[in-house]
Amino acid sequence: MSDESHPKRGGPVFDPALWRGLTQRRMSRRDALGVAGKGAGLISMAALLASCGIAGSAERRGAAVDWATFWKEQMPTKQLNFANWPLYIDSEHGKTVSLELFTKATGIKVAYDPVIQGDDSFYATVEPELAAQEVTGYDLMVITNGWYFTQLVNNGFLNELDLSRLPNFFKYASPLVKNPSYDPGNKHSVTWQTGFTGIAYNTKMIKREITSFNDLADPAFSGHVGMMNDNVELGSAALLRMGVNPVGSTMADWKESTRWLEKQRPLVAGYYDQSYISHLENGDTWISQAYSGDIFQANLSGYPHLKYVTPKEGQIVWHDNMVIPRQSQNALSALAWMNFYYTPKIAGIVEDWVSYVCPVPAAQDYILDVIKDKTVANSPLVFPSAAADKLSHGYYIYRDYNDYQAWNDVYNPIIES
Amino acid sequence: MSTDLIDAARPAYRQPSWLRRHSPPYWLSLVGGGWMLLFFLIPLASGLIVSLETGNPVSGYTLTWNWHIYSQLFVHSDIPYTTFFIRSLYYGVATTILSILIAYPMAYFIAFRVSVRWKSPLILLVLLSFFVSFVIRTDMWSFVLAQQGFVITTLHKLHLVSSNFHILGTSNAVIGGDIYNNLPFMVLPIYVALERIDRRILEAARDLYSNGRQVFLRVVLPLSRAGIFAGVLLVFITTVGDPVNSSLLGGVGTYTIGQAIQDSYLTNQQFNVAAALSTVLMVILGIIMFAYAKIFGTENLENLV
Amino acid sequence: MGITFVPIVVMMLYSFNNAPTSRITFAWNGFTTYWYRNLTQVNGLTHAFLISLEVAILSSLISVIVGTPVALALGRFRFWGRGPINAIVFADIAAPAIVVGAASLSFFLSINLNTGLLTILIAHVAFNIAYVVVVVRARLSGMDSAIEDAARDLGANAWTTFTKVTLPLIWPGLLAAFLLAFAMSVDDYVITSFIAGSTVTFPLFVYGAAKVGLPPQVLCFGTLIFLVGLIVALANGALNRHQFARATTEDSLAAPTQPVVPS
Repeated sequence: MSDESHPKRGGPVFDPALWRGLTQRRMSRRDALGVAGKGAGLISMAALLASCGIAGSAERRGAAVDWATFWKEQMPTKQLNFANWPLYIDSEHGKTVSLELFTKATGIKVAYDPVIQGDDSFYATVEPELAAQEVTGYDLMVITNGWYFTQLVNNGFLNELDLSRLPNFFKYASPLVKNPSYDPGNKHSVTWQTGFTGIAYNTKMIKREITSFNDLADPAFSGHVGMMNDNVELGSAALLRMGVNPVGSTMADWKESTRWLEKQRPLVAGYYDQSYISHLENGDTWISQAYSGDIFQANLSGYPHLKYVTPKEGQIVWHDNMVIPRQSQNALSALAWMNFYYTPKIAGIVEDWVSYVCPVPAAQDYILDVIKDKTVANSPLVFPSAAADKLSHGYYIYRDYNDYQAWNDVYNPIIES
Repeated sequence: MSTDLIDAARPAYRQPSWLRRHSPPYWLSLVGGGWMLLFFLIPLASGLIVSLETGNPVSGYTLTWNWHIYSQLFVHSDIPYTTFFIRSLYYGVATTILSILIAYPMAYFIAFRVSVRWKSPLILLVLLSFFVSFVIRTDMWSFVLAQQGFVITTLHKLHLVSSNFHILGTSNAVIGGDIYNNLPFMVLPIYVALERIDRRILEAARDLYSNGRQVFLRVVLPLSRAGIFAGVLLVFITTVGDPVNSSLLGGVGTYTIGQAIQDSYLTNQQFNVAAALSTVLMVILGIIMFAYAKIFGTENLENLV
Repeated sequence: MGITFVPIVVMMLYSFNNAPTSRITFAWNGFTTYWYRNLTQVNGLTHAFLISLEVAILSSLISVIVGTPVALALGRFRFWGRGPINAIVFADIAAPAIVVGAASLSFFLSINLNTGLLTILIAHVAFNIAYVVVVVRARLSGMDSAIEDAARDLGANAWTTFTKVTLPLIWPGLLAAFLLAFAMSVDDYVITSFIAGSTVTFPLFVYGAAKVGLPPQVLCFGTLIFLVGLIVALANGALNRHQFARATTEDSLAAPTQPVVPS
């Protein structure tokens, strides 16, 4: 049945027809010129557009604002759009008591959006609108102290607060959150929650005591170690392990700390964002960097075997702060909420669920006496002692963009692998 | 009566102008073509341009024709972008080959071994589960494959795997997810191509003394080539650029170029780096697909999709 | 084939699981329809879902309206622009979503157009047009163009021919194109993640929520979407069943359209 031009068994490669087909010229010179011409036309059109470049946030900063007049001109509204991190407000079967009490007291309806997954990614979503002086759709955002917070302030993206409308803040706030170094005089922010970053582990899988960052590199846990992909957390942990306070650390310190991180890398199961908590909960990860409040919540919701520890080298303390973006259309509502929150009752209600570090010390009594929750009220993770404060350190403070870029260039290669 | 009078009485017929005759298709395709041009083609070109800009998000980006960025990213960089590329291409190839092996039997079964009444419902059934959002589906897989999930605990109980065994976080999980999510893109084109084959040809082949295997290898397979080609195209391209499967199902050592592009845009705000990476990805994929098309000799793009 | 259904079954199952923490867990805590009754509880989920629906419907409508003429042009005329337009359509379908998303973001940044609902709509239409063109053109080619000629012979102008003759014959194709565009738009994650700005669509919400544990309501939404799709598909199947059966038998009796011997 074999024809000469029919592919023979074991050798279609020798078929002359196939070779002819492969090497046949399919595109004539005219076609090639045509494609080149169209391509060039396209590129030049795009170049025309892009030659304007992309404006930086600094040059798009709006004109200076007279804040006293600004606040006098604000009209009260009945709406508040609140962007926050997930699991960051009390929530019992979808009901948020604190927000409901707020609505009852002021008549302001709250649209609560737990859309913030990271300061960096959230900043990237709101920056274009803020830079173009357009409405972001949010009246209240919660941003951690750090590079993005500083950017928001320096670029003029935040409303300065009218502190005369926040009497409760001055009455009830803990001294640790008043006049912080990253926002002197609380000009732009009041703290929502403070938190610690330490280590959490699964006591069912890890039988021994965990005390140090070095435990994150224990070969016995290979393949079950989690680290954070937020390079600020990652770098700070590595620096603390070396005994270096992140605040005031130098480039040499950073480079030195990456050596341990690289040694650790084969053991790491993943560099996680917020999702580390679900990996801890479902047992894939046994030990990980963790936020104190997340573990507290996990303990109360079916995972009592997860434990948070402050490593002996120290833990990181950070503040998540409420800020009002420019062009917010309900700025007075935002201030109203800030003032409403800074009371023992409301802060207590929120804290009882969120279980990070409460910025209102008086809430401890409220939780103990009214809510009758001894676990939260007596927890050093929520109302820390002075000793715990001594072990807590802040993030490195960037001087400018190049500094920030330098930190990224040192730590990103560990994460992106 | 001569026809001249009749001709004279009839008004002279004038052809519509050249413009009127030739312009309809251009008017018809004006808006659609224009939209695609403006919002698809030009952005692709502008991606190239942005990659050549330097700056940072604070002080802005300006066009400096910075071709160095390409050598910076691929030769001198601390972050191994080249590794990410190769890894993504590997995922693409593995996924494509495996999905052909999985999808072809499925499509073959429905096209040839099922009575006409059941064809449409069966195909619908295969495609139906893909109606649900693919993020939900992928997350369900990570739920199912977690260590405390059903699959691994069962394997443990049956003592088939060591206690340290895990699926999530490995390359195989990512490839598995890619295969699963791209299955309809492979099944459908192959099925359509198989359906088009005239059954009488198969009969003729059998009449000419071919056994079942020869019928398949020499008749069915070559005739379904266009379907396989279309499927390969869609699956390969989608997989190489995908950031979702590797981020939801992967761990360390599974970082793909898709994730790198997404991170450099959304997290690090390095627009020029992201644009450069995505331009290189596009060019590489373009070259591969072009070569693939030429080798398999399909000139008519229309017949593909 | 059954494996494709595993995640769906799991999803449906766990949407009924009683989860005390309002996040899905492995432990089976008892059957409950609580999540279905409180579907709108989760902050932002319903809003994201509605936005996705809105964008999907709008973008599908626009792309069908804008894409059908292009399909007509490609299918019924021979003109110089045919090659380039074919190439653009092909590129549009084949281009990896990440490249399109990244490029669109670069473009919008360069022209200072703020990311948000408008940019999502623009980008979704941009990729949906290609799918519409392909589907409608396939339908057109299956239709005998002699009928249109006959209509013209009988005095109809182009518009009447289109509305009274072509449109009724291809409208199933338009419907299919609309449904396809709808599905592609509602499910799009990668492109939307680049250009959405602060707008949250359903896939974006789910991706974010997946990091800390999905609320069961997401599974409920997924189950409902699946059931709707099932019903639509069954209805479609029932409507077309006899048409399809007839078409397939006709196909197999028709003359082969491809060369018989592989070259």
